[in-house]
Amino acid sequence: MNIPFSGQIINMCAALLLLIAFAMLSQRRILSLINLFALQGLILAVSTSVVAYSSHQVHLYYSAALTLLLKAVALPLILHRLIRKLNVKWDVETLFNIPTTMLAGLALVVFAFNLAAPISQMAGTITKSTLGIAMASVLLSFLMMITRSKAVPQVVGFLAMENGLFFAATSATYGMPMVVELGIALDVLVGMLILGIFFFQIRTAFDSLDLEHMEKLKED
Amino acid sequence: MSYPSLLLQLAQNALVLLIAPLLLGWTSQCRAWMQNRSGAGVLQPYRNLNKLFHKDAVLAVNASALFRATPYILLACMWLAAALVPVLATGLPLSPAVDVIALVGIFALARVFISLAAMDIGTAFGSLGARREMLVGFLAEPALLMVLFTASTISGSTSLITIVETLAHKPFVLYPSMVFAAVAFIMVMLAENARIPVDNPATHLELTMIHEAMVLEYSARHLALVEWAGALKLLAYTTICIALFVPWGIAETGNWGALPLAVAALALKLAGAGAGLALLETLSAKMRIFRVPEFMGTAFLLAVLGLLTHFLLETAA
Repeated sequence: MNIPFSGQIINMCAALLLLIAFAMLSQRRILSLINLFALQGLILAVSTSVVAYSSHQVHLYYSAALTLLLKAVALPLILHRLIRKLNVKWDVETLFNIPTTMLAGLALVVFAFNLAAPISQMAGTITKSTLGIAMASVLLSFLMMITRSKAVPQVVGFLAMENGLFFAATSATYGMPMVVELGIALDVLVGMLILGIFFFQIRTAFDSLDLEHMEKLKED
Repeated sequence: MSYPSLLLQLAQNALVLLIAPLLLGWTSQCRAWMQNRSGAGVLQPYRNLNKLFHKDAVLAVNASALFRATPYILLACMWLAAALVPVLATGLPLSPAVDVIALVGIFALARVFISLAAMDIGTAFGSLGARREMLVGFLAEPALLMVLFTASTISGSTSLITIVETLAHKPFVLYPSMVFAAVAFIMVMLAENARIPVDNPATHLELTMIHEAMVLEYSARHLALVEWAGALKLLAYTTICIALFVPWGIAETGNWGALPLAVAALALKLAGAGAGLALLETLSAKMRIFRVPEFMGTAFLLAVLGLLTHFLLETAA
């Protein structure tokens, strides 16, 4: 095995991202969920800057800084404010059957690894082997959105999915063009603000942030 | 096989037997400090053993020979396990026997005997403890095996000696899979040694006991042997943890000059491990018994993930 040291650090970051994705999947407390999301953003920023350093891609430094600012600081702060205002800070969600969810997650990881194997063989980047992990994090966040019924964890799942996509872009092609990245970053920020307003609307309409109420079409 | 290495093996065997209660005492002392208590001192386990060895043993009238033999079998198993793990040097006379699957087998043997002995008397608490121990054990064992397989696939051998040599004496490489394996191993270690998230070693409430419920009927020298075996088990797990995840500093085959350094490194690492264990125990609360399968399931999952990441990240290049 002869991967350069920077490649080893990137692999380590990828492994940590996968670990955090599973921790999010099994986390019952909303507050810890948001802290995990902030940690995910931080690791993403570290790995992006290491990729930038080892591949001499200057624009990746900007992406790393943007990631750090937006995903490790701004979005967690907004989420913290939101759950304080919505008074759901100490909410504990009753997740049923965590082991089954985790096993489903494991199956997704195997699927993602197999799916990514032919793609990463063709890629020539230093990060090619982490593509499988990036896809696995996307799928795991997706699974998290499916298994949650409350609004805030679903949004955290959505943001985590975006993190996974960003990581996939960095590992497959050294990131997207700067314009696209700026656009996505702005989209996420604005999306977050709009969803925050939605939370208040949902709560005034249903007296709860549980989205299962929205599945009923008739009032009874 | 030369005489010096034979001597070193014997010294290592004696050393693990003697320092096992010290590790237990150090862990309890650290826990006491973290909880703002003054604690009983690091030598308390030795005093306990001394007291117990001087008492007269009391046996239930319907105790069979199995009940009397179990403490000796237990101590023998744990001593063997702790002595097999390379703590000071590699390349000792017992080295060819140090296979990780054999180690898991030795732990399983001890578990079977203690559970049988607990059910032997026929009291309610003994059977209850035995069942819970089996529940925890059968969930912990696959996770432990998966952790060991992850380390084995990296070094290409199930021999613990080869694993240690690969990790300690080759150029430094970051193994992401070992991060998963380390987290899983610590979870297994907490469960197997009856430490706090799974079982409380200091409890006096019979209904919540796992390990303590099994040894309720033992007294005097039998209890001393069981407790000593428990301390040895903790030492064995800690040294396996050190061997797998921080093996640096161990003396190479035939390198006698490295021995003092190896002893110092071992003392430092054991002290760190004991303090870390105390910190983990102070930070977490004991979980309900029905949460334990979830906890062990997570450990198994992490271990499998470690194995998968190894194949994805570390064999591709």
